[in-house]
Amino acid sequence: MYETNYHRASSVAEAASLVSGSDDGKLLSGGQTLIPTMKQRLASPSDVVDLRHIAELKGITVSGSNVKIGAGTTHAEVAQSAEINGVCPALCGLAAHIGDPHVRNMGTIGGSIANNDPAADYPAAMVALEATIHTNSRDISAADFFVGLFETALGDNEIVTAVSFDAPSRAAYQKFPNPASRYAMAGVFVARGSSGTRVGVTGAGSDGVFRASDMEAALDANFSAGSLESINVDPSAMLADMHGSAEYRANLVKVMARRAVEAAA
Amino acid sequence: MGVEGIGASVARKEDKRFITGKGRYTDDMIVPGMKHAAFVRSPHAHAKIRGIDKSEALAMPGVIDILDGKQLTADAIGNIICGWMIHSKDGSPMNMGVWRPLAEDTVRYVGDAVAIVVADTKAQAREAAEAVAVDYEELAAVTEAVAALKDGAPQIHPEAANNQIFDWEIGSSADVDAAIANAAHVTELDVVNNRLVPNAIEPRAALGLYNAAEDHYTCWTTSQNPHVARLVMSAFYNVAPENKLRVIAPDVGGGFGSKIYIYPEEIVCLWASKCTGVPVKWNCDRTEAFLTDAHGRDHVSNIKIAFDADHRITGLKVDTIANLGAYMSLFSSSVPTYLYATLLSGQYNIANIHANVRTVYTNTTPVDAYRGAGRPEASFLIERAMETAARELGVSPADLRRKNFIREFPHETPVIMTYDGGNFDAPLDAAMKASDYDGFPARKAEAAGRGKLRGIGMSCYIEACGIAPSQAVGALGAGVGLWESAEVRVNAVGTIEVLTGSHSHGQGHETTFAQLVAERLGVGIDTVNIVHGDTDKVQMGMGTYGSRSGAVGMSAISVALDKVEAKAKKVAAHLLEADESDIVIEGGELKVAGTDKSVPWFQLALACYTAHNLPEGMEPGLKESAFFDPSNFSFPSGCYICEVEVDPDTGKTDIVQFVAADDFGTIINPMIVDGQVHGGVAQGIGQALLEGCVYDPDTGQLLTASYMDYTMPRADDLPSFSVLTTKTESPSNPLGLKGCGEAGAIGSPPAVINAITDAIGNNNVPMPASPQTVWAALKA
Ligand SMILES: Cc1cc2nc3c(=O)[nH]c(=O)nc-3n(C[C@H](O)[C@H](O)[C@H](O)COP(=O)(O)OP(=O)(O)OC[C@H]3O[C@@H](n4cnc5c(N)ncnc54)[C@H](O)[C@@H]3O)c2cc1C
Repeated sequence: MYETNYHRASSVAEAASLVSGSDDGKLLSGGQTLIPTMKQRLASPSDVVDLRHIAELKGITVSGSNVKIGAGTTHAEVAQSAEINGVCPALCGLAAHIGDPHVRNMGTIGGSIANNDPAADYPAAMVALEATIHTNSRDISAADFFVGLFETALGDNEIVTAVSFDAPSRAAYQKFPNPASRYAMAGVFVARGSSGTRVGVTGAGSDGVFRASDMEAALDANFSAGSLESINVDPSAMLADMHGSAEYRANLVKVMARRAVEAAA
Repeated sequence: MGVEGIGASVARKEDKRFITGKGRYTDDMIVPGMKHAAFVRSPHAHAKIRGIDKSEALAMPGVIDILDGKQLTADAIGNIICGWMIHSKDGSPMNMGVWRPLAEDTVRYVGDAVAIVVADTKAQAREAAEAVAVDYEELAAVTEAVAALKDGAPQIHPEAANNQIFDWEIGSSADVDAAIANAAHVTELDVVNNRLVPNAIEPRAALGLYNAAEDHYTCWTTSQNPHVARLVMSAFYNVAPENKLRVIAPDVGGGFGSKIYIYPEEIVCLWASKCTGVPVKWNCDRTEAFLTDAHGRDHVSNIKIAFDADHRITGLKVDTIANLGAYMSLFSSSVPTYLYATLLSGQYNIANIHANVRTVYTNTTPVDAYRGAGRPEASFLIERAMETAARELGVSPADLRRKNFIREFPHETPVIMTYDGGNFDAPLDAAMKASDYDGFPARKAEAAGRGKLRGIGMSCYIEACGIAPSQAVGALGAGVGLWESAEVRVNAVGTIEVLTGSHSHGQGHETTFAQLVAERLGVGIDTVNIVHGDTDKVQMGMGTYGSRSGAVGMSAISVALDKVEAKAKKVAAHLLEADESDIVIEGGELKVAGTDKSVPWFQLALACYTAHNLPEGMEPGLKESAFFDPSNFSFPSGCYICEVEVDPDTGKTDIVQFVAADDFGTIINPMIVDGQVHGGVAQGIGQALLEGCVYDPDTGQLLTASYMDYTMPRADDLPSFSVLTTKTESPSNPLGLKGCGEAGAIGSPPAVINAITDAIGNNNVPMPASPQTVWAALKA
């Protein structure tokens, strides 16, 4: 790791000013992505601004079907939240299968979506739940937030403060983990709400997370695993690496979608 | 058996310090004035070094010095050598290229060391290492052995035309060809044995200390064999003569073979300590370990196995190309030859065997022995071929094996091994019973109802341990003898120290070796201390690999104990005024048989050291040593049965049952043996299902250089193993031990792949059988 200056912010406003006042500053949340990257000397921020001690970034509120999760909420907290479990258990299940206990106790939802790893789990849920991403300057719809591989709509030094969504009537997440990293090789979040069915796919798309609109249409017509049979997932839109060819990932997307629908039915 | 003697599952004495974080590893060593090293490593798989500009790096904070290959050569530090001479079939010696501890003109793999930076802190050393400007002229690289042999492939060493190191054979080709020509059935397979990265939990480290006042060097290092390290460093690398060099291998966190070899880093740290006048410590990180720890396996083979009409094997022919990487590591040449082809007879009576092995340089990390070393490659070939043949012949895999089992011993194979004993039916029967083999069809049908493809596969392995009779290995080209040494010191008040040339890096010697003493002398294991890993404390020894610490290391202790007992009996007879032949050792006492006369150990020991009343002419003291050289290898064998369920939608394989039945001869501590089998099977399942080292074939970059891409087995990848043993004692050592350290890794890969191929009905499933691979095989 290269030398860096550590700052502990106590409010979002202080964090914003610390990070914009530094040469090449980085926000630090759970550190489960940023710290390994720094240890491998692939990132060398001049300053890191620690968000972990900011009270306004913490906490889960559920009122009716509306769910709001502070950006600094850890995966473990989401996994174990009785409130979320009451309205959207699929999200608890998703969080419970991120990484290992260490990662879940440190990593946060804000860090995960800000990082937008194409194999991360949360983005699939965010797009399928049509979530809103709240920042220190605006609200962004999930559809607009996730731009590409590791790319988001966040401006320089913009801070994610929370995410919110209306819980769907039914939802399920199915993930096929990469055997080595255990990130998603294909993760499909299916949500069935008042405005229809939404299918978010992570781990597989060559542009990162996406919504499978043809699957959504088929499921709107008939919410059953069988109605996905005729859908073709196009391998040319898939990622390919040594763990999974584009054809394999296309197959996994369909299999995981089918299983998610079965689990949500 | 006493409560702590042979056969008792006593808890491991060493675990208290390990599980409370109090182990003392090389990186825990701190000496006054110590500084830190980082290596400048090649980012290219193959390049010429045009020049090295150190000026910017030398000016950086904390930097003490930066040393490169030219300085190393100027100081006459020698080449890294391979210690086993193999001759090609035309009689020519192997074509060994030059391996400099710091590359001077050419780098040959990503990670090849170019310079060492010594600085006040590790961070400063790393920072400066990045600032060393090496001017490289990139050359074309080749990573695969088959490609490296082809005309026009990049040439890696001038000494090795076409990158071929040797072209070796064993057995009679003509006889096998005749057997194949006359066969009723021939099974043929092309088989790749995938390259693996060892991944010991403790990364390698070294601390070099030069003491100018005494002109003496000390090296703390992560070694499985500190004496061999000292021998090689003084005899070949010209670091220092043996009497001026102390090598200490303290607690070592796993080796699996990768810590046998003498690597550039420990030599360079010692030399750098003299150059800079400060003690120099280096500790590698995980990615550096992926890049520079010797890898394992990497064979491409063809096997043909011929049967007569009665399904008896009449001939076996193997052609193998083995990738040895960019340089020849210490034992690299022996692994694909004498540790491999000599085991190709498996458990079977085969009159004609021929194997041809070509070894090849490539622009990859050097390849050497890794848990099993040659024997996993051999058993994978035979056991895949036997299972395939059974399917082709339409007979039960067990029956085909039984029909061909060797049942008379000693049995001399056509590939120079003499199996000295065994009973191959026993583990096969035991494993079939434990796995309810006959009930498989019902389980398969039930799984089909759940949409799963269930398969079963077996493997009957044999391997050679207790490495090895010195004269035999000398005749085959080894540069060393493979005996082991021991010294048993009975202290003046009866506690005991055993100094052993074996080295424990996870095996539990501090417990099992003490159990042997407990068994023999009737004392508690807490009164016995095992001393190992320090050339200043322990007499010359050969170290731990090839499951040799029991069969060879403990045998040396046993012989030393014979001598201790003989002397103690003489003294006891004298003290008790009895005849020496009437003295028996029991329960911590020396007794006159049939009487109530006895003398406890501690009193007898005291008598030896006070020497007030010893038999006429006897030397005082009670301390004996022994060097034990085995008369043969030992031959553990066993049968492994694996049952899998494959998800046809995703290709994911779950191991739903795994039974290991092993014949390890005498067992000292069943709990530790179970642990060795669990670990070995985990590594074998790792090879079969999960682990595969992948290089970019064009650039030679290691693509699997971290756990993000290299799939290490985890607990939830593995089933709960069912482990059992059968027993025939080895006749080749006094304890009847065979060795259990590698069996799991040797026997399990073919069982797993046999099960998967059975499940999916396609016999072509390469390792690792990842979900993608199995899915593709299902579609093929
Ligand atoms: C071993 C391991 C396994 C993992 N497995 C999985 C897995 O299976 N699935 C999965 O989805 N993830 C996985 N992860 C990633 C994990 O979920 C991380 O927690 C997540 O990617 C990043 O969250 P963090 O809180 O740790 O963020 P950090 O690492 O602290 O930050 C990540 C990035 O986001 C930025 N950032 C952080 N917080 C904010 C904010 N509030 N506003 C704006 N920018 C911000 C940072 O500047 C940085 O660029 C794994 C990680 C590890 C180490």
